[in-house]
Amino acid sequence: MTTTVSGRTRGQAPPGGAPEGDGPPAVPAWRRKARPYLLSVPAVAIIVGIMYPFVLGAYYSVLDYSATNPAPSFVGLDNFRSVVTSPEFWGSVRFTLVFAVLATVVETALGVGVALLLNRSSIVGRIFEKVLILPLMIAPVIAGVIWKLMYNPQFGILNHVFGLGSTFDFLSREHALYSVVLVDLWTYTPFVAILVLAGIRSLPREPFEASEVDGASWFYMFRRLMLPMMWPYILVAVIFRFMDCLKIFDIIQVLTQGGPGTATRSLQVGAFEDSITNFNYSRGSTYMFILWAIVYLAANYLVKVLGRAQRRAAGAED
Amino acid sequence: MATELMPGRKRFTSGSVAADLGLVAWFVFSLFPIVWMVLLSLKSKAEQTTTYFRFSPTLANFHTVLSDSGRAVTSVDFKHALVTSVVNSGGAVLVSLVIGIPAAYAAGRWRFRGSENLLFTMLSFRFAPELMVIVPLFVVYNQIGLFDTKVGQIWVLQLVTMPLVVWILRSYFQDLPPDLEQAALLDGYSRRRAFVMVALPMVRPGIAASALLAFIFAWNNYVFPLILTDSNATTVTVAISKFLGGGGQAYYNLTAAAALIGALPPLALALTIQRYLVRGLSFGAVKA
Repeated sequence: MTTTVSGRTRGQAPPGGAPEGDGPPAVPAWRRKARPYLLSVPAVAIIVGIMYPFVLGAYYSVLDYSATNPAPSFVGLDNFRSVVTSPEFWGSVRFTLVFAVLATVVETALGVGVALLLNRSSIVGRIFEKVLILPLMIAPVIAGVIWKLMYNPQFGILNHVFGLGSTFDFLSREHALYSVVLVDLWTYTPFVAILVLAGIRSLPREPFEASEVDGASWFYMFRRLMLPMMWPYILVAVIFRFMDCLKIFDIIQVLTQGGPGTATRSLQVGAFEDSITNFNYSRGSTYMFILWAIVYLAANYLVKVLGRAQRRAAGAED
Repeated sequence: MATELMPGRKRFTSGSVAADLGLVAWFVFSLFPIVWMVLLSLKSKAEQTTTYFRFSPTLANFHTVLSDSGRAVTSVDFKHALVTSVVNSGGAVLVSLVIGIPAAYAAGRWRFRGSENLLFTMLSFRFAPELMVIVPLFVVYNQIGLFDTKVGQIWVLQLVTMPLVVWILRSYFQDLPPDLEQAALLDGYSRRRAFVMVALPMVRPGIAASALLAFIFAWNNYVFPLILTDSNATTVTVAISKFLGGGGQAYYNLTAAAALIGALPPLALALTIQRYLVRGLSFGAVKA
């Protein structure tokens, strides 16, 4: 099995370029040149079609557009001003960032742990590997529904099994964040685990055998050999998880709808409330524009880190 | 015990037993909610609020969910939602394949001006906050009559399915040696025939994996139908969430039955493409 991380997409076209047919019938050069563009035209049309509402959304954020104000006018940065001065918004930003960091860290740690165990384990592991991804393939909404049933203070199985009584509420103000994280990690830890496991299986055996001969300890080998070589795989998982966590919506919408109060009001849940529940399109779009900026910055930073890790890992493998 | 980290080595030792115990703990946690959902879906109305593991199981809930009596209970036409989910997800995947395969081939075979921009714009759709697009679409759809239609859903689902198809298939086309098509061209095949007869069959696993994965993600999507549909084009995911609050009364057993029905197609599909999941889920970044 060959496993590689190919994040270095720039300049990855096959050496020698594409096969250019010189056999009959002869194709004029301009048509050969135009070919990739022609093939991409429908996809570009789709992209343009999706970009249009995206740009429209950015435009809404400088209007005062809502269902009650169907003839909006230009208000400049008023929406941004009103948003950044509202405590609700900062609550959403704080919750989103805390949730994203917490969930990503826990899921990565657990995912690496599960992958290491699966790699080490004998027969049991081989059986479990088949069902590892089941929670990942269930819709996040359904995961939310299942857990909501289990979190129920009166009739939920969790309060019963752990003897918490009916006064303990998993979705109360103090616990809601952790309960949402728990559902998220139940769903997405397998995602990290299968990526990391694929990485572990692709590692060369020689360095491990060599350091075993040298009498290296378990921890030393993990720290000095495995982790540096594994880093690119872990980072790919971290990037996917962190970006998705910033957009968290489905699970919260089902579990708490952003409550109690505003305790779990993530940015997307807040935007939903403003623009769909309260029909204030401009305010919701402003939220989304700010979230988009956060996502963009985070993505740029993480991809840079990934590039560096890949170069270092390539060095470590030599 | 330094060999424990060694990739690919598996032996039955005290270390592996410890690992097995750790794994059992994880899988109890991981599978329990699914098991509980199954049990709850088999409980009668009288027993739905119990937390016992022993009860007299019944299949009545599935019948209720799928029948008109279930519709009367929660005002959700679950059967209709199921059909809509199949049509929307299937339609979205089909459109993505027809449009995405040529683009993926172009991007995998040639490096042309704008190809990187094309790919990364696609990828950015995967990571963009959905509501950034949906809020304006909510307004636009209402104006042009695409609100609560299957066509409208298939269109907006391209946001989910298209990047997946293009990125996964590009990585497959890149792995395909150009010599094969070259040979076909020398044999007098036209460019199009070389693509259809040689390149396309070679990436069949990639097409199947990306199509099924795209189907799963389209099926599991919640936010698009939640905002852009009402009763006509609503999907399984939205229908399930409505069971939860059905008429102010609790229908735990019906909710669980609905959730189970909605979860089964993705689970079944995922098991069939397990070999290709890593590559698919990482958009071709990790090739396993």
